[in-house]
Amino acid sequence: MIDWIEIGRIEDIPRQGARVVRAPEGDIAVFRTQDDEVFALADRCPHKGGPLSQGIVHGKRVACPLHDWKIHLDTGLAVAPDEGCAASYPVKVLDGRVFLSLKVAARAPACATG
Amino acid sequence: MKERLVVVGNGMAGMRTVEELLKLAPDRYAITVFGAEPRVNYNRILLSPVLAGEKKFDDIVLNSEAWYAENGIALHTNKEVVRIDRAARKVVAKDGTEATYDRLLLATGSTPFMLPVPGATLPGVIAFRDMADVEAMLEASRTYQHAVVIGGGLLGLEAANGLMKQGMKVTVVHLPETLMERQLDTAAARMLRKELEARGLQFVLKGQTKEIIGKGRVQGVLLEDGRELTADLVVMAVGIRPNVTLAKSAGLYCERGVVVNDTMQSYDPRVYAIGECVQHRGQVYGLVAPLFEQAKVCANHLARIGIGRYEGSMTSTKLKVTGIDLFSAGDFTGNDTTEELVMQDASAGIYKKLVLANNRLHGAVLYGDTVDGAWYFQLMRDGTDVTDLRPRLLYGQAHLGNAGHGDIKTRVAAMPDNAEICGCNGVCKGTIVKAIADKKLFTLEDVRAHTKASSSCGSCTGLVEALLASTMGGDYSTATKKKPLCPCTEHTHDEIRTAIVGQKLKTIPDVFRGLGWKTADGCNKCRPALNFYLLTAWPGEYVDDNQSRFINERVHANIQKDGTYSVIPRIWGGETTPAELRSLAEIAERYKVPTVHITGGQRVDFLGVKKEVLPAIWGDLSKAGFVSGHAYGKAIRTVKTCVGQNWCRFGTQDSTTMGIELEKMAWGAWMPHKVKLAVSGCPRNCAEATIKDFGVVCVDSGYELHVGGNGGVKVRATDFLCAVKTPEDVLEYCAAFLQLYREEAHYLERTAPWVERVGLAYVKQKLAEDAPGRKALAERFYYAQRFSQVDPWARRAQGVDKHEFIPLKQIA
Repeated sequence: MIDWIEIGRIEDIPRQGARVVRAPEGDIAVFRTQDDEVFALADRCPHKGGPLSQGIVHGKRVACPLHDWKIHLDTGLAVAPDEGCAASYPVKVLDGRVFLSLKVAARAPACATG
Repeated sequence: MKERLVVVGNGMAGMRTVEELLKLAPDRYAITVFGAEPRVNYNRILLSPVLAGEKKFDDIVLNSEAWYAENGIALHTNKEVVRIDRAARKVVAKDGTEATYDRLLLATGSTPFMLPVPGATLPGVIAFRDMADVEAMLEASRTYQHAVVIGGGLLGLEAANGLMKQGMKVTVVHLPETLMERQLDTAAARMLRKELEARGLQFVLKGQTKEIIGKGRVQGVLLEDGRELTADLVVMAVGIRPNVTLAKSAGLYCERGVVVNDTMQSYDPRVYAIGECVQHRGQVYGLVAPLFEQAKVCANHLARIGIGRYEGSMTSTKLKVTGIDLFSAGDFTGNDTTEELVMQDASAGIYKKLVLANNRLHGAVLYGDTVDGAWYFQLMRDGTDVTDLRPRLLYGQAHLGNAGHGDIKTRVAAMPDNAEICGCNGVCKGTIVKAIADKKLFTLEDVRAHTKASSSCGSCTGLVEALLASTMGGDYSTATKKKPLCPCTEHTHDEIRTAIVGQKLKTIPDVFRGLGWKTADGCNKCRPALNFYLLTAWPGEYVDDNQSRFINERVHANIQKDGTYSVIPRIWGGETTPAELRSLAEIAERYKVPTVHITGGQRVDFLGVKKEVLPAIWGDLSKAGFVSGHAYGKAIRTVKTCVGQNWCRFGTQDSTTMGIELEKMAWGAWMPHKVKLAVSGCPRNCAEATIKDFGVVCVDSGYELHVGGNGGVKVRATDFLCAVKTPEDVLEYCAAFLQLYREEAHYLERTAPWVERVGLAYVKQKLAEDAPGRKALAERFYYAQRFSQVDPWARRAQGVDKHEFIPLKQIA
């Protein structure tokens, strides 16, 4: 059973951009792609902790603003050949309302959380 | 059902194309590969080190069997294709194996030319082309003593050197008077011969082979002049010919090679050809760099993206004989219209010759010290105007006043493995060399991705390229001739800028559609560049795309390592008042700014400001009369001044007021990169105007204007542009210079490399010699400024882009 938390409307997040959700476990970056897909990752780059929410979103990737690591939005994994990952959080959109769960996706237990 | 692609030729050209294709369209084709050799794809360039015993076959494998399997490629080794049935669209191998195709790629390479002399078919007479030849040579060296290599070109000398290393006595028979006559001039060739003779090779120059003699196996070589050389092994290395037998038999149009167009298609549009077997614009190539460029284009068309064109390559050569450094590129013989710069030091074993025409480098021969080969090659490819470099050109890049980086460049080969190459990312030479070897990296981009070396400030790029060249050896070429803006496109910066204006492309999606972008929404390299190009091309019309800006420009503050921001208000010309300083102090205290710093550009920097606080702090600064200093942007940063004649006993003009006027004119403009200005009141130059992008040095008679300086990564003193009389002149020249730079430089290219690339003569011509042109440039700058001189801080303090500064939600 997942506890979904409503965090806002999809148009509150700019296309090819992100917004931050302040959570007890740390900041979470909620991204919206050009195609209106929404993803949520811990707002910490696995490299040096840069705020991914501030990066440039392109395709399903974000470029960290500090040292330009690229992170896959869907998995939180760094784009090869870099290695590392940011924790990925379940997120869904219903009738334009965006819901987030604070439960880290099971497939990436080793990922850094916020 | 997938389309079928059949590749004939399992060598470097064919597999490089397949690799590029898999990157672009991994699922489009079912791929079948035929190779005549019983092996996977290996790096043919490195056969020489294998022969010399410096490498093993496994070291030079490029694609393992697992790679073919992982990518679902059906590989037929040891199956020479002998027939193409173009009507039925199928190929047939010698053993009867057939494969049908929708598209066919011919990459049959070349065959060594064997002199048609009597005895040429005797056992023990071989070529130097593939691994089987190398094995035959290694085998012979175990049993026999005497080898003759016919041909003193690149390949022949490498074979001779390898055989000598394996213990054989080797004589090289060469028809012309000098060795490697296609790559070397007489002087360099003589030095090379001396060095090789000292190592034990023997040479017969002007030697013409009449007959190869022997009973059952080769025993000797008989020359036209009657001399007879003992030989248990004869290696023919007199040249290669494009292998067109198969293509010809299939009725494809061939001249010296299979004739292809700029999209690498033969006269049958279903049949592509690439590599050493092709003839493109009358040219055939036998080196690896052009073939990689062709592979990129070919893959692009096979993937149906259809935007790349191959337009020919400029090539360079290096001899892979350990301990001998030799580099040649371009037209090094010269003619009536060229000039030569020559340096020769016989006892040090160094010879350098550069051929220039119209102050541009056309050719180079380097012997003994080839560290700058890549640099010269770059200057050639880019057609850089070398007027200003001439006095120091022969001494190499390290002698260009590259303070702080100077000497390491010349000694890259001699550097120990633990020497740090990339200071930004802490990458040592050993790490880079290991990555190049282990991961089979070919390009600068590969090395950047895998090691991070030269991926930050880029100042060590030349070193990394030198390492690539020395590690890979062979015909490594630093990069392709045409440098696309980013991997999303095949187009260069210049092509894109021309298209934006020419085709009236007015938005980023317009550019993506109009120029066939490979990605749906670009990347973080191209979008900021396009945003800037569009903004410059269509002032007042283009709507800035915030999401295509780097964070600093999106939120008008400079992100720091901990995610906080720095705030630097503009202080016009660096002159302030007690009242201004008091407001700054009060604001800093009000917001508990952790660090206040005086910058090198005469500004006050508040560090450690949290993002949410930015609009409020800006609001207070705004009320106190401050505007944004744009210290975060590719924009006009600061105008640094000295106090000038108002106070200084040496001052010749009012440099402070001049600086303030310049800043009032130029502030707010977005530029290809950051731009710094300075005005010094006399030639003592206390404002350091001669290391700025645009510097003014006041003199008694007026103002000296200097351009293209830089005090950062690579220190570069400005070039003197001209002297003018009045402050109005200074403003006009400055506006025109800034506009020329905005309109023509590549995004992220500082004025220093830009001026070096286009040449000072060009900038002078546009600004100093063409008054109407200069005025028009200045007018365009003033026009664009109407739309850019709006303080971004004041607007954000009033609520613009509010979403950037507040969290979407707080979860308790």
